[in-house]
Parts: sequence; structure tokens; C-alpha cells
Amino acid sequence: MHVGLSHFLLLGAVLFVAGLYCVLTRRNAIGVLLGVELILNGANVNLAAFSHYSAGEMGGQIFALFAIVLAAAEAAVALAIVLAIYRTFHESIDMEDASLLKG
Amino acid sequence: MIALNWFDIVFFVFGLVLVASSVMVAFARNLIYSAFSLLGALVAVAVLFVLLSADFLAVTQILIYMGGILVLILFAIMLTSTIRDVRISNRSVAEGAAFLIALITFVLLGILAWNAPWLEARNPTYEPTTREIGNLLLSKYILPFEIASVLLLVAVVGAVVLARKEVKRP
Repeated sequence: MHVGLSHFLLLGAVLFVAGLYCVLTRRNAIGVLLGVELILNGANVNLAAFSHYSAGEMGGQIFALFAIVLAAAEAAVALAIVLAIYRTFHESIDMEDASLLKG
Repeated sequence: MIALNWFDIVFFVFGLVLVASSVMVAFARNLIYSAFSLLGALVAVAVLFVLLSADFLAVTQILIYMGGILVLILFAIMLTSTIRDVRISNRSVAEGAAFLIALITFVLLGILAWNAPWLEARNPTYEPTTREIGNLLLSKYILPFEIASVLLLVAVVGAVVLARKEVKRP
């Protein structure tokens, strides 16, 4: 049994599921951000795997590159928001404290 | 006796590293441990990119994720919670329900990944990809490329506006 496309897709699924669990359970805003990074990495593994096993079609790698750029932008903005929440809600980044918009 | 070549060995070793560290990210009680486990996961993903003949992508992963995003996250952890309080501020909720959702998702994705009749190329090639990526970024994907540059500018300005202190003018 040799390593093929399915093995890489399974690893991508593991990354996605670990990130999903992290996003669902953490209440620390930075913990949620770590989960989102895991999910994005799972998607990147899938894109690169499909790109490799379709014999030289580069679209997958290009889109993985864009996903990395978007992850960088997202991390910068999200951490700025975390700092703003930290100052506003009396030195806490628990996401359930930031519920002023809740109906 | 199963004959393993170097590709399979590297894949299984770093696949194990990847699974272990991503589970650590999700389950560690201390947020610092989560962040450093993310480092292991990112290294393993970079190795997978090398196995998938995506050399430029692997270098980008190391430069941007480990050099940029992870350092940013560690800074934010240090700034927002004293080390003493990390254990308290990192509580988890609804672990049972979340575990169930994650398990169902993984089983469905696993069945899909394992059983679907993927069309695989017989002999995937290993060639440098930088030239091809550069050509594509400046021809076929020029519009997403430009939009990404505008997006980065907006993100940087937005981050500065969000993170600065309010200055009261008299």
C-alpha cells in the first residue's frame, strides 16, 4: 500500500476536525484563532494534494498561496480586535464577556 | 513484508507529528502549549508540501506562518494574559457536544476521502514550481493577485486603527 491522494486528504480532515473542535470549545479569543489557523492549513493540504495528483495543474498551489495571504491578513486584524476587546472588557478576552450586541 | 520507500516513511513520520500536534492544539489546557503545538503542526504541513512537490508553498508556509502569524499570536498571548492566569482564562465549554460534532465530521470526511474514486495521475512530476507560479500570478491570476494586495493594505490600516489607543484632542 503506497501513499496516495487519500492519505493526504485524511490528514487534511484530521487538521480540519481538530480546528473545528478548537473553535467550538475554546472561549479564549486567541484559542479560537488557533483553531481557525488549523482549519486553513487543512484546506491548504487538500489544495496542494489535488494539485500534485492532477499532474502539473498549478491552480491548487496558487489558491493555497492566496489562502496563506488571507490567513496573514486575518491574523493581523483578529489580533488587533483581541487587543481592543482586552482593553474594553476590563482585561478579559473571554468571548462570552463581549456580548453587548446580543439581542 | 511491506516495502516502504522514503516517501512513505517521511509521510508517516510527519503525519504522526501532524496528528499529535493538532490534537494537542485542540486539547491542551494551557494556551501557551497550544501555540507551541501549532508550531509542530505548521512544520509538518510544510514537510507535506515538500512531498507534494510544492517547494515554493513550503517556503511560504515557513516564512509567513512560522515567522509571522505564530510570532504575532505569541505576542498577543503575552500581551493579553499574565502567564499566571492562562489556565483560568483558557476554559472550554460544551466539550461533549463539540466532540460529537467533530467525530461525525471526521467520519464523514474520512469515508469521502477514502472511498471516492479520485482520478490520480500515475506518475506525478517533481519539478521546481516557482517559475510556473510566477507566470500564472502575472497572467491568469492577475486580478486575484491585485485584489490580495489591496486587501493586505486594508488589513494593515484596519489593524492599526483597531489597536491604537484613543487620543482625546482638547
